[in-house]
Amino acid sequence: MAQTSQAMDKALERFSREKLHAFMREMLLYRRFEEKAEEAYAIGKIGGFCHLHIGQEAVALGMIGPLRDDDYVITAYRDHTQALAKGMKPGPVMAELYGRDGGASRGKGGSMHIFGAKERFMGGHGIVGGQVPLAAGFGWAIRYREEDQVCVCFLGDAAVNQGAFHEALNMSAVWKLPVIYVVENNEYGMGTAFSRVSALPVVERGKGYGIPAHAVNGQDILETWAFMEDLVEEVRGGAGPQYVDARTYRFKGHSMSDPVSGTYRSKEEVREKTEGADPIRLLRERLFEAELMDQDELEALDREVREIVDEAAEFADASPFPDAAELYTHVYSEINEHGRLFFDGRDR
Amino acid sequence: MPVITYRDALNQALAEEMERDDSVFLMGEEVAEYDGAYKVSKGLLEQFGERRIVDSPISELGFAGLGVGAAMVGLRPVIEFMTFNFSILALDQVINAAAKMYYMTGGQIPVPIVFRGPTGAALQLSAQHSQACETWYVHSPGIKLVTPGTPADAKGLLKASIRDNDPVAFMEGELLYNLKGEVPDPDDGDFVIPLGVADVKREGSDVTIVTHGKMVNEALRAAATLEKDGIEAEIVDLRTLRPLDVEAILRSVHKTNRAVYLEEGWPYVGIGSQIVSIIQEEAFDYLDAPVVRVTQADVPMPYAKNLEKIAKPDAARVVEACNRVLYRN
Repeated sequence: MAQTSQAMDKALERFSREKLHAFMREMLLYRRFEEKAEEAYAIGKIGGFCHLHIGQEAVALGMIGPLRDDDYVITAYRDHTQALAKGMKPGPVMAELYGRDGGASRGKGGSMHIFGAKERFMGGHGIVGGQVPLAAGFGWAIRYREEDQVCVCFLGDAAVNQGAFHEALNMSAVWKLPVIYVVENNEYGMGTAFSRVSALPVVERGKGYGIPAHAVNGQDILETWAFMEDLVEEVRGGAGPQYVDARTYRFKGHSMSDPVSGTYRSKEEVREKTEGADPIRLLRERLFEAELMDQDELEALDREVREIVDEAAEFADASPFPDAAELYTHVYSEINEHGRLFFDGRDR
Repeated sequence: MPVITYRDALNQALAEEMERDDSVFLMGEEVAEYDGAYKVSKGLLEQFGERRIVDSPISELGFAGLGVGAAMVGLRPVIEFMTFNFSILALDQVINAAAKMYYMTGGQIPVPIVFRGPTGAALQLSAQHSQACETWYVHSPGIKLVTPGTPADAKGLLKASIRDNDPVAFMEGELLYNLKGEVPDPDDGDFVIPLGVADVKREGSDVTIVTHGKMVNEALRAAATLEKDGIEAEIVDLRTLRPLDVEAILRSVHKTNRAVYLEEGWPYVGIGSQIVSIIQEEAFDYLDAPVVRVTQADVPMPYAKNLEKIAKPDAARVVEACNRVLYRN
């Protein structure tokens, strides 16, 4: 026990008190944001698929927080908190979930397609593994322009069984692209345990391309942040692509239509993880033990983020639904001077 | 005006656009050291270097997606598919990423990319290497589709496609690469043909043959045969299928009152289905006969020479179709 707390102290030493408080505040914000989304979904303000990130907050924060504003982030459809972590405002993200005109994607993308071009949050992609070649493309463009940004590409563990993943990893290695592939390894692809359908563990899967593979405890913000801070600088300095197995756990169902435990994982397993591996709880215990935060301070942070989330929901509620005319905007960015582009009669 | 091949016309277009804009690069299988499977990119590696002329692994899904990503952050990739047959592997990136990105992002992220290569059949390459892929692409809103049938169109339209801000599928023909034709001299200025403008390749008053791509040449052969019979066929080469020059189709049908659609693809939900639908809806009162389609037989392409010949649409079948709509049997 003494040894453990000594190790904890060491991990804490890297960060200032303000930084540690900021970690707590950010993770609380992500948690409260998703809880608000869950609430809004229950009363029909959000429709369609809605995949919550609860339990995986330390991956989003730790892997994105150390990046520069001009670095790129791309992910799959469990994308709300990564968007916040990359600097998008909670209001437009919530409004996108609500399908409103004030949404980040003007209500056209929804929960699975949050984009912030200005913040270089590149989505929000709905086909498992489909975002991986796109990330290689961002890396390609960075090298093409001889710039020094990096790209962080999140993917779920199940995506490592897709061809797109392997093709992109090979090209990234061949061309030494500045892309960090972070597998959010929450152990399940929807309702199928990774190990039931995969010949090798996640961490082994990038090795065939000579890409350095790393494993981190994705529930520990101190570990993910410190790891990423170092890795990003290496990649910025020309170390080439990296592969990270970020071990985490999804506390909720796959999507809102999926029960928390379901037929594929036991209630006991879920309870053990939510109690024993909650990234917010783990940080709280360590900060309290090291006397770097007390209950009052924690509650004040929580009040602050709840207010932000309430404001985001108010912003979403106040935002109008997109005008019917918006149906036909943004299909093409260039409407050619000649010829017909739409075939349902609208431009006749 | 200089006479050059369709292949050289494409090569000129690529070189000129790469010269003009550093954000344009060419990636695909065999495009660099091998000079391109059909030699379209011959000499470009030497001229532009390996930063911009890039040999890819045989990973259609991967390099198509890489191109889409590069386009999302402002480059203008030209992705060569050795043939569009192989692009079926890449369709997720074309349809789910490239075509939908601008919409899903609410107009934040355009995707200025060109996917190019040959579509349709060559000679005795059998089922997997002989199919017209237009429908796969044009079906999806968000994509533009260009199908040049002559060297001049190949050059002018490729330049326009590279400059366009949306994803463009640019479909060539294996049997067209050696075709020669007049193409304006590069020294006489920038030769760009806007998308969405059809070209009347032959004027006539008796029957309209609407077609696109390689089949333009088959239509011209059919028209020559019909001419001997005193029939003047008008050939409307659509050149681009999306945007589609509907006015040009209607104008010709108003004049001839009879139409045939000629295409290399299969009949079911083929390009002709759409064209026939437009004609019946928008020029019904002008028609003197039902519109007839000439397509590939509704079977995978066979290998045997004699079977392949009867599977493919040709001038003789176009003549037959024209006679049918002219009630001249």
